[in-house]
Amino acid sequence: MTSKTIFSGFGGQGVLMMGYVLAVAAMRDGKEVTYLPTYGAEVRGGTANCTVSISDEEIFSPVASSPDYGVIMNMPSLVKYESTIKKGGAIILNSSLIDTDPARDDIDVVKIPANDIAKKLGSDRTINMIMLGAFVAKTQVTTLDSIMNGLTEIVKGKKASIMKLNRKGLDRGAEYVSKGAGK
Amino acid sequence: MIGEAAVRAGCRFYAGYPITPQNELAEYTASAMARLEDGTFIQAESEIAAINMLIGASMAGARVMTSSSGPGISLKQEGISFLAAMELPAVIVNTMRGGPGLGNIAPAQGDYFQATRGGGHGDYRTIVLAPASGQELAGLTRKAFEYADEYKTPVFILGDGMMGQMMEPVEFPEPIDPRSLPPKPWILDGAKGRPSRIIKSLLLDTSVEEDHNWKLTRKYERITREIARADTYMTTDARLVVTAYGTAARIAKGAIKRARELGLKVGLFRPVTLWPFPKRALVEMSRQVKDFLVFEMSTGQMLEDVKLSLEGRSNVHFYGRPGGIISTPDEIAKVINTLYHRQHLNED
Repeated sequence: MTSKTIFSGFGGQGVLMMGYVLAVAAMRDGKEVTYLPTYGAEVRGGTANCTVSISDEEIFSPVASSPDYGVIMNMPSLVKYESTIKKGGAIILNSSLIDTDPARDDIDVVKIPANDIAKKLGSDRTINMIMLGAFVAKTQVTTLDSIMNGLTEIVKGKKASIMKLNRKGLDRGAEYVSKGAGK
Repeated sequence: MIGEAAVRAGCRFYAGYPITPQNELAEYTASAMARLEDGTFIQAESEIAAINMLIGASMAGARVMTSSSGPGISLKQEGISFLAAMELPAVIVNTMRGGPGLGNIAPAQGDYFQATRGGGHGDYRTIVLAPASGQELAGLTRKAFEYADEYKTPVFILGDGMMGQMMEPVEFPEPIDPRSLPPKPWILDGAKGRPSRIIKSLLLDTSVEEDHNWKLTRKYERITREIARADTYMTTDARLVVTAYGTAARIAKGAIKRARELGLKVGLFRPVTLWPFPKRALVEMSRQVKDFLVFEMSTGQMLEDVKLSLEGRSNVHFYGRPGGIISTPDEIAKVINTLYHRQHLNED
């Protein structure tokens, strides 16, 4: 079983971080993992995306021409990736910044108002964790605890208050999906 | 990954100049060297300066490394020729991108000729290692430093933009302390109390230069005998063997798995050393395999080595995607399928 996920948005939205945290979490789960970031010569404000492949077997190509899942953070990313998602796959999109509905009817679409939820939590910087929480709840490719452990491993030394905020973001995103909202 | 593996291999001197898609390596090495008491990281003023800094540090006995991508490697070629001429160990990482010229920053394999044919001026060769995974990168980086010291020659690690930016879980070999490495009896570390040593590449006397050329050639022949290496996958009963290296080999492996599911007898021959090219292993395989498909992310460079090795013993076919295009395993599986039937390999 191999799953491929593309994370895409503006530089600065924590897009690469999302993918990296997922990759480390899955690696600690004992899976085969590849993490492939792509970004232009510009960084902040430019486009950024990354592909994470998770498998029980050896991963051959780390590229996903038709990913199973897309975590879509802004409108240009939806335009770029909507048509590539595998039939039966899912898009988790940031509905705070995307007001268009995807046209595909052969994939699941989960809408998360990530910026709005983040505002309520008091920090825009939790947007990526909210989306990641929603992604995990939707796809079950790993657990929120694994994600949290992965995050702790990557940002070691961060203040407990920040880690708590990130955890809250993950939980809110996951709750939003499990409550059945976002349809 | 290379940065960590290099430090663990006892590399204590890095000089380089930024270029995408390999800045991850320089960035990591900068912090890794800073953590060491005896590590030096220099962001040089140019690629040319960086390679010449390696010449100096290598003469002084250190394990040294630089890294760049195609356009920067071209600038370093004069220095690499000097390293080869003066028989100085050094490790050079080329993270290939689309070219020629400035090209782009996407993964490609168009620098095969440059790496395996010497690249700079004069009669010389460089060892070229081609990793296909993070784990192999870690192992081959250690090997690169060992070969460089053993054969006193520059060694290339030839990757591409995909290898340069992708992350994978890796287990690193135990670190070695450079002070525990065997002493080098030829280095320039101060001649107090001993006769002075000279390391130079200017040999005006033609007969001296000729002797030096033959001496280097004998060394290259020894390297060819001793380190040529390839990896194979599902070749035992194969009727068609895909020949690819690095990222292309990885993609090919995915394609071969798919082709096998359709019942096609296909395998993979993956050179790990591009120079010396693993000719013997390929010739051995041609006793059983009459069709080889060379797949490269270029317009066909390793293709020439495959043909030179096989000398007409088998059919050699080619499929290439240059310019930074990354084929999917499905695309290559289709190419395999078409070729397999066109060559009637499905018939008994």
